[in-house]
Amino acid sequence: MGWLRQTTDSSIGGKLIVAVTGLAMVGFVVAHLSGNLLVFGGPQAVNSYAEGLRKLGALLWVARIGLLVMATLHIVFAIKLNLANRAARPQAYAVKTYRRASFASRSMLLTGMALLGYILFHLAHFTFRATSPELAALGEYEVYQMIVLSFQQPLIAGLYIVSMLLLGLHLSHGVSSLFQTLGFNHPKYRSLVGSIGPILGVLLALGFSSIPAAVLFGLLK
Amino acid sequence: MKLKLHVWRQKDRQSTGRMVAYDAPNVNPEMSFLEMLDVVNEELTGKGEDPIAFDHDCREGICGSCSMVINGTPHGPSKGTTVCQLHMRHFTDGQDVHIEPWRAKAFPVLQDLVVDRSAFDRIIQAGGFISVNSGSAQDANNLPVAKGDADQSMDAAACIGCGACVAACKNSAAMLFAAAKISHLGLLPQGQPERRRRAINMVKQMDLEGFGNCSNQYECEAVCPKEISVGFIARMNRDYLSSSIFSKETGSASKSED
Repeated sequence: MGWLRQTTDSSIGGKLIVAVTGLAMVGFVVAHLSGNLLVFGGPQAVNSYAEGLRKLGALLWVARIGLLVMATLHIVFAIKLNLANRAARPQAYAVKTYRRASFASRSMLLTGMALLGYILFHLAHFTFRATSPELAALGEYEVYQMIVLSFQQPLIAGLYIVSMLLLGLHLSHGVSSLFQTLGFNHPKYRSLVGSIGPILGVLLALGFSSIPAAVLFGLLK
Repeated sequence: MKLKLHVWRQKDRQSTGRMVAYDAPNVNPEMSFLEMLDVVNEELTGKGEDPIAFDHDCREGICGSCSMVINGTPHGPSKGTTVCQLHMRHFTDGQDVHIEPWRAKAFPVLQDLVVDRSAFDRIIQAGGFISVNSGSAQDANNLPVAKGDADQSMDAAACIGCGACVAACKNSAAMLFAAAKISHLGLLPQGQPERRRRAINMVKQMDLEGFGNCSNQYECEAVCPKEISVGFIARMNRDYLSSSIFSKETGSASKSED
């Protein structure tokens, strides 16, 4: 297995892991959003969806463990690559300019760390319901009520909306970038690949934010 | 025209350097950037000071020797050119001009603006060649090369190994250089027997030298005097990953003996 160690230790192998785990998590996020949007179908739609998910049994644990592994690898390798990048330039330039690097690409580490913080809060908030006794008192599948109760607080709604904007920013670079890392860069598809990240980022940010925004403006009660 | 220069001065590899300000009062817009520095150095020498050390050789944009970061951009503001081909008409009277060496751990500063780029030589030594003896020269056209492949190979081979890609990258990554060198051989029939070994060994050497990892920001492509496409980096990623995962090659690069 020396080759595996050599590949994952290499610059390109490390990037591959960040790209593949990122892609898997993007898949999860898209599925997560499509489930979330059921909230607009009323309490019955989203609550029974939640119940269905919980009753997947072993499959649910496969998904949970899979996501945990993906997130851990993504973070560990991103940090490892980042430390190597910092070490590669011990002396900074007196005059620092960017010619092409997008704002999103320059803030990947920051948006990534903010998203980790958000995910931990989100799990404590909605999965473990450890942030307020009001949520803990709700029935197991009363997801609709949980969403409405939470997002009626402007602070929580605001936190979620800001986090989803950061997610959009992170993915606007990440999704376009992973094609290059996986070795796909064809002149015919270059503009498509370049815009797929920003487009997906905007759609996901808008889609996710629509729920706290709808509750905040009284469209969902 | 008059310029205010801020130049990185560093006595040798061990000493710590600093930015020093110089006045350049007699700059002709027709001068190249290196000629401007020659004039400044004449004046410094006349005053008994050490001239500013910088690398240069052909002064016609093909040798890859000149290497300085001007106001934050490797090879200065003019696109697709080396410093020697940059002319002073691109600057304005009274402008502040900051001149720094390439900044990378793998490119230690030897003096002032001169850096040691032998890390690139070691990447080439790790696999940037064809060692299979194919006998005496064949008749022309015995070995057909598709026009598209030949063109692409030539585009990669245009790399002069100046290191601007490393200097522009926030991670001091050498991926555009390594990708160009791996691709220009990998696109030709003569390069096929060693293609997998080449990809693994050159990437291994690149990592060993302490260059950073690509963040896909494409700053390298923006400053490359030969305008080499980052498409070659994707090609290298493909070559490296498929060689690592599917071939029997394990790679053998190591720190050279010297």
